[in-house]
Parts: sequence; structure tokens; C-alpha cells
Amino acid sequence: MRARYERRSRRDQSKRSVVLTSVMALFIIYSLLPLVWLFISSTKTQQSLLSSFGLWFDGPFAFFDNVWLTLTHDDGIFLTWFANTVMYVVLGAGGATLLAALGGYGLAKFTFPGKKAVFAVILGAIAIPGTALAVPTFLMFSQLGLTNTIWAIIIPSLVSPFGLYLIWIYATEAIPTELLEAARMDGAGELRTFFTVSIRLMAPGIATVALFAIVATWNNYFLPLIMLSDPNLFPLTIGLQLWNSAGAGIGADPIFNLVITGAFLTIIPIIVAFLLMQRYWQSGLSAGSVKQ
Amino acid sequence: MSTIAPAVAAQKTPTQKTPTRSRLDRQWAGLAFLAPFLTVFALTILAPVLYSLHLSLFRNRLIGGNSFVGLDNYIQALSDPKFLEGLLRVSGFLFIQVPIMLALALVAALAIDSRRLAGSPFFRVGIFLPYAVPGVVAVLMWGFMYSPRFGLAGNINDFLGFDLASPLTQQWILVAIGNIVTWEFVGYNMLIFYSALRTIPEELYEAASIDGAGQMRTIWSIKLPALRGAIVIATIFSIIGSYQLFNEPNILRTSAPGLIQTYFTPNMYAYNLSFFGQQVNYAATIAIIMGVVTAVLAYVVQVRGNREALR
Repeated sequence: MRARYERRSRRDQSKRSVVLTSVMALFIIYSLLPLVWLFISSTKTQQSLLSSFGLWFDGPFAFFDNVWLTLTHDDGIFLTWFANTVMYVVLGAGGATLLAALGGYGLAKFTFPGKKAVFAVILGAIAIPGTALAVPTFLMFSQLGLTNTIWAIIIPSLVSPFGLYLIWIYATEAIPTELLEAARMDGAGELRTFFTVSIRLMAPGIATVALFAIVATWNNYFLPLIMLSDPNLFPLTIGLQLWNSAGAGIGADPIFNLVITGAFLTIIPIIVAFLLMQRYWQSGLSAGSVKQ
Repeated sequence: MSTIAPAVAAQKTPTQKTPTRSRLDRQWAGLAFLAPFLTVFALTILAPVLYSLHLSLFRNRLIGGNSFVGLDNYIQALSDPKFLEGLLRVSGFLFIQVPIMLALALVAALAIDSRRLAGSPFFRVGIFLPYAVPGVVAVLMWGFMYSPRFGLAGNINDFLGFDLASPLTQQWILVAIGNIVTWEFVGYNMLIFYSALRTIPEELYEAASIDGAGQMRTIWSIKLPALRGAIVIATIFSIIGSYQLFNEPNILRTSAPGLIQTYFTPNMYAYNLSFFGQQVNYAATIAIIMGVVTAVLAYVVQVRGNREALR
């Protein structure tokens, strides 16, 4: 794949189109401009935020002041929200990836009674709107006493039908059945084979699923909105919206500079994760699309 | 059954020397690998679906308490102007925003794959990047930029001296929301298309260029047919996304409370009914109707997509 790409691009150096590149430049301006706006705005004081042109710097460079204010506002609740988000991501997205990897591998490399039925039900579940389930899940969880606890966020995050589907496709292609047979001949147990042999071959697929699970959990809004009422359990998304709405009413004391700086700080880790894991998710997605 | 099946399977593949006993073990191993997923799946997806079905058949009355009402809730929903208005709104959104977004994504994917773009990896990552931005942050950002008081819309209007851009008005609010959703997801769809384009074998392009096919001809005869599966998948995901519309309008409500009612989308209606109106049974009914509508549409797209692929 990589070789093909290099061959292609070397051959085509001469055919670059200025028109096409310009059109695409407009596209990328559309994609990146809001992020540029967010960064520029996070360097402004509340006052110059309200009075200056949005796409250029103005007034004192207040970025570090804003960061300090964001981190210390309301006894440092932002840091609590940040830590909560990290916890939900590690346990929720981590768990979702593990369950999808195990399950997808089970579907790809084993036959068992009822496999087709299981698969049909899971595929059907991909089409069910997640938010449609939120209300009944809330009612169920409140009867189980799970609402307003971290489990109300973590348990529903553990299931990723699409992740399972992606791993299933990936494992089918990436793990030669002969290799598993060989491991069995050597007397290795199934679980040991999974963790020593199979998991490495599935790595790009797993990275792709992990990345999408991380994004989904980091960005989760609806679920925590209905499940949590204690601000100390909030993730960043709910916290930011809480700050934003605090400034909306009449006679309210807006803290827009904190909302903007908080938003900027919220997207930094997820964008870094994205860029660092680029190589993996791009190859994982290509493999996933083979069978579509 | 389970004792016979492996024996039959073993007969069919005489080259494999694995004894029957370990084949049976392996069946259970497959199920065991899937068991953790299935357990959580049952608890967080199957159980809520069944529970909503159950809820939708009951009604809590002041007199008589909780009683079975059959399909009364469904009949009520299908003649509820608030619900129908929301359904119509998200359907309109679906039929306008989704084609625009997918067309943009397709153009971007074809451009990046065309080999005629300088710095294509930068474009690929840059256009995809908004997908990583939390929906809440995206709406907050655009909400600020839309603001006539201190946003970019205000800057533009001040500069021109008249109101050219006023996204936060009755007239433009749906377009404003459509723009946010497009911004968030165009890169994701672009990547789905791009991944599918990368699986086209190089020989096909070589054959096409020997036949004298130009860029447009190649797109029409090779690339678009190869993209069909990816387009079906992207369309289905977009249908699901449109009918789920909640985050964007619900957060924009903070910036423009008068414009967006509590029943702006069916999902917002269900949410407000159950959390502020105490009408849990009715909310569950609406959730189920939306689930069915989504599933039916997704199914139609799937079947049509496959049928055309056979031609």
C-alpha cells in the first residue's frame, strides 16, 4: 500500500493542478478557521473579546492569564472535570476497545452455534440511535441506583457495535488461520494465543477502534447530561456548557473568556492523540473499507 | 446438535487433523471471546430497547395510576403537531444538509486521491481534524462566531454597515445548525470515501490510461462505482445522525433561546418530555417511532444501494 502510494506520487509531481489546490485551500480554510478563531480568542481578555475583530489579536496577550483563571475558577473545578474526562476515556474507551477486540476476534476466527443470529442483532443495533436509548437507559439505571455515579457513564461507553464490526473485518483478513492452528499444535491456550499472537496482528485495527472510542467518550455530551447531576462528576463537555449557560441569563455574569479558553484546552489532548495515532488509524480504516 | 455439528465439519475438511474434542472446545472459546461484549450489550442496548417497548404501551394517569393502554401513545404521537413538526424539520434537514455534506466530502476525497494536489496529506488531516473537536466545543465556537454582538457575523455586519449575516434568526437557524454539522462531519465522510478509493488496484488506472481515459472518465467509470459501498455506509450513518439531532440545537438554545423550542427536534422533544415534563411513557414512544423510522430508511438505502450495485 505504502509502496504504491510513493510510486504514484513520484510519477505525478509534474501534473499538480493549481486550480484544484486553490479550491482545496478554501476547503481547508473552512475546516481550520474556527480553530484559529478559538486560539486567537483564547488570548484575549473578556473586554477585548467583546470589542475586537475575531480573527486577529487585540489588547494584552492574556492567554496565560486566561489559562490560569480557567484552571483556578470555582476552586479548580476545571481540573476535576479534566480528570473525570480522562477517567471516563481510560475506563470507557479502553474497555470498549478490549471488548470489541475480544468479540470481533471471536466472530472472525471461530464458528459457534447462533453466530449468525448474534451478528444480525449487533448489526441491527448499529442502526439504533444512541440517544433514543438514553431515556430508557436512564430509567433503568435509576432503578439500579447507578445514576449520578461514574458507572452511569462508563458502562454504556463499553459497547461499540461499530468497533466490533471493524475488528471482525480486520481480524478476518489480518490473522491467518494456519497461524492459530500452529499455536494450538504447540499447546497454547486460546486466550494465550490471543494475547501473544493475534493481538499484535490486529494492532492497526485495534488502534482505529480505540481512537474512535476515545473520540466518542471524550466528546460524550448527551449521556452525562442526563445521567449526572453532581458537578464533581461532570466531564469537560458538560462543565463547559454549564459555564456557557451561566453567562446567558439577564443580569448574569458572563465568563466567556473562560468558556473559550476551556474549550481550547479541551481540544488540545484529543487533537494530539489524533495526530500521534495517524499512521495507525489510516491503515486501519483502509482495511475496514475493503469489505464494505 | 452441538455434538454432531463438529463431527460433520470435520468430515467436510479431512485435511485438518484436529480431533473432534478440541473443535468442540474451540466453539465454546469463540463464544467465550464474545461473552463480555454480549453481556454489556444486553445490559445497555437490548434491555433499554425492550424496556422502552414496555413503557410505550402504558400510561400514567392521575386516576388509576399506571395502566396498559395498548397503542394509544403511538396514535397520540402520530397526530401530535409538536412531534410532527420536529420530524418534518429533521427530515428536511436530512434531505438538504446530508447531500451537500456528502457531495463536499466526495469532492475532497477525489481531489486528495487525484494525485494532482500539492501537499495532500496535509489536506487529509486538516479536513478530518474537526471530527475530533467535541460537539459541545464546536457548537460553542460557532455559536460565538454567529453572535451579532461580538462574533464574526457581527464583525462582517459592522464592516458592511448592514446585516448581511445573521445566522441566529428564525430564518437562518436551521442553516446555521446545518453548517455546524457539516463542519463537524465532512472530514469523517471524506476519510470513508478516501479509504475506499485507496483500495482500487493500480492496474485499473493503468488500463484506463492505456485506453485513453481522461481524469473525468476515470472518475465516472472507475472511482464512483468503487465508492458505492462507502456511499451507502456514509448515507446510513448520516441518516442516523440527522434523526438523532440533539446536541447542536440544544446547546445553541443557550445563545438563542427564543428561536429553538423544546420540541425543535424529536430527540429534544423526547428529552424534554421525560426530564422536565414527567411524561416518560410518551417520551419512550417517540424514541421508538424515531428508531423505527431510522431503521426503515437505513434499510431502504441499503437495499437500493445493493440493487444498483448488481446492475
